Amino acid sequence: MSVKSESIQSKKDSGQDERLKKISPLRVLLNRPELGALGGSILVFIFFGIVAGDTGMFSAYGTLNFLDVSANLGIIAIAAAMLMIGGEFDLSIGSMIGFAGICIAIPAIYWGWPLWTSIIFAFAMAVLIGYFNGIMVVKTGLPSFIVTLAMLFILRGATLAITRLITGRTQVPGLRVLIEDDPIAWLFATDTFQWLFTWLGSMKLIALRTDGTPLATGIPPSVIWFIALTLFATWILMKTRYGNWIFASGGDKVGATNVGVPVGRVKISLFIGTAVASTIFACIQVLDAGSADTMRGTLKELEAIAAAVVGGCLLTGGYGSAIGAALGAIIFGTVSMGIFYTDVDTDWFKVFLGAMMLIAVVFNNYIRKKVTETK
Amino acid sequence: MSEYLVQFNNISKFFGKVIALKDVTMKLKKGEIMCLLGDNGAGKSTLIKTLAGVHKPDEGEIIFEDQKIVFDSPRDALDIGIGTVYQDLALVSLMSVTRNFFMGREPQKGLPFFRTFDIEKANIIAAERMGQIGIDVRDPSQAVGTMSGGERQCLAISRAIYFGAKVLVLDEPTSALGVHQASMVLKYIVKAASQGLAVILITHNVHHAYPVGNSFTVLNRGKSMGTFQKKDISREKLLSMMAGGEELDKLEVELKEMDRIGNN
Repeated sequence: MSVKSESIQSKKDSGQDERLKKISPLRVLLNRPELGALGGSILVFIFFGIVAGDTGMFSAYGTLNFLDVSANLGIIAIAAAMLMIGGEFDLSIGSMIGFAGICIAIPAIYWGWPLWTSIIFAFAMAVLIGYFNGIMVVKTGLPSFIVTLAMLFILRGATLAITRLITGRTQVPGLRVLIEDDPIAWLFATDTFQWLFTWLGSMKLIALRTDGTPLATGIPPSVIWFIALTLFATWILMKTRYGNWIFASGGDKVGATNVGVPVGRVKISLFIGTAVASTIFACIQVLDAGSADTMRGTLKELEAIAAAVVGGCLLTGGYGSAIGAALGAIIFGTVSMGIFYTDVDTDWFKVFLGAMMLIAVVFNNYIRKKVTETK
Repeated sequence: MSEYLVQFNNISKFFGKVIALKDVTMKLKKGEIMCLLGDNGAGKSTLIKTLAGVHKPDEGEIIFEDQKIVFDSPRDALDIGIGTVYQDLALVSLMSVTRNFFMGREPQKGLPFFRTFDIEKANIIAAERMGQIGIDVRDPSQAVGTMSGGERQCLAISRAIYFGAKVLVLDEPTSALGVHQASMVLKYIVKAASQGLAVILITHNVHHAYPVGNSFTVLNRGKSMGTFQKKDISREKLLSMMAGGEELDKLEVELKEMDRIGNN
């Protein structure tokens, strides 16, 4: 013991800074959850740069295309990642997207509500459903996998049944005309930086249509939402007390409770988060397509979880990052669009998705062992 | 003002028909280390949870600084200064030292709605506190999972003290540790007591308890077998009381018997 304390003493005398240097920058990087996703996205871009560099994939129009797909997935992946860090799953994300879609469309088209009220109505429903998911998981102690799997079926079934009951079919079109002059809808339906694209077009720097307007008209709303949510989620996780509570709730529920973290409240709020993110996704898609479809969002929950896992989230909770999930979404979005520009049959996309996820899980598992192993 | 910082008088706790604790009395002065000894099932866990405010005692009273106290929640116990370090330590191994140290009580800065977790300040405090124990935290943002068992125990104790514990309740702090690590933790406990804290050290290891304890309370089947000052009792006597004395004697007889048969 005395030998040990002496050595500690001498280390302290010589200052702690030199001990700090012993951790190599590589090691610090390895401890970041988003490392795998960062490497993966760089590889993906290099691959398509070589294979599809001259096909128009990376033109303004092509880029916005795959960014749009990535961003849509990213919006739900970030919320799913935060929930996973908090130690739970939400399998009802996809069904929530479909449900939110008809919550917007039916009141607006069949009941004559102004579009903005039906959007608010959809968000209110999302908060309720998220709260219900959360309270069920927290109060019963059942695995969220089961509770939200039940919600997956309930919501999808209710969406289909209600829509058919009210409209007699499974699609609700006719929303596009309502978007103009609506005080809220523009938030989900406006391309931004249009002046930039008009200017770029007038300079002949980007591709034009035959009538002289640029092919790419502006940054789609999904991309703006995606960037804003990534920044917001990262800020919450890294910089706020609530963020620390999310990590603590997912890392060790009992321990966190014992030191005064309101674990139940944290988890409920995260379930509300995934439901609200699904509704943002639904708003963007419904207003873009001009119609709601009862099957919209099918299987999206699994893609969101896959993106979060590729982004470094552990399935056991307590570890992960929003930036990682965002990168995971970019990988999937880029590949799903990029594959059209290559000679590869698009059927292979799902094979890639699965393989990518498997590699990510193995990699994450290794990282976790590294992080938690004792000296 | 009585000479005791905290008194637990005639605490009883029943679960249905089961008498988990009956008339347990403990009194602690500032700077005193009282070791609570007992075999498995002696009621140690129930007693800890009663001290920590998880259970309400069915009988008896808790007197803290001459005032009768009733705890409605673990938070109440924390607030008046009874800090409990459970066996699982309430540490998240994937989280950093700093994030663990301030878990649930993060210092904040900034305007309302934009309040942020003041990580710089938290890092400085965590490193300083760990330094005081002699644990060289190279980087307070390193994961707790990289620390040794003894270091984790010290981190949990140090956290309880930082957040205002006057009475420290430690649940089996050395049970999962090797000799070297255990002595490091015990040394820290003695140091904490010398700074004026009252420490209740719960253990079933007499060899760890005896060198550091000032007094010893032995719990057996939910009842206190009395509190003894160190000068009044030997290590062997404690050990035999804990195990219920006669059981060890019986074992000795049986072993001798086996030995005899083996030799034949």
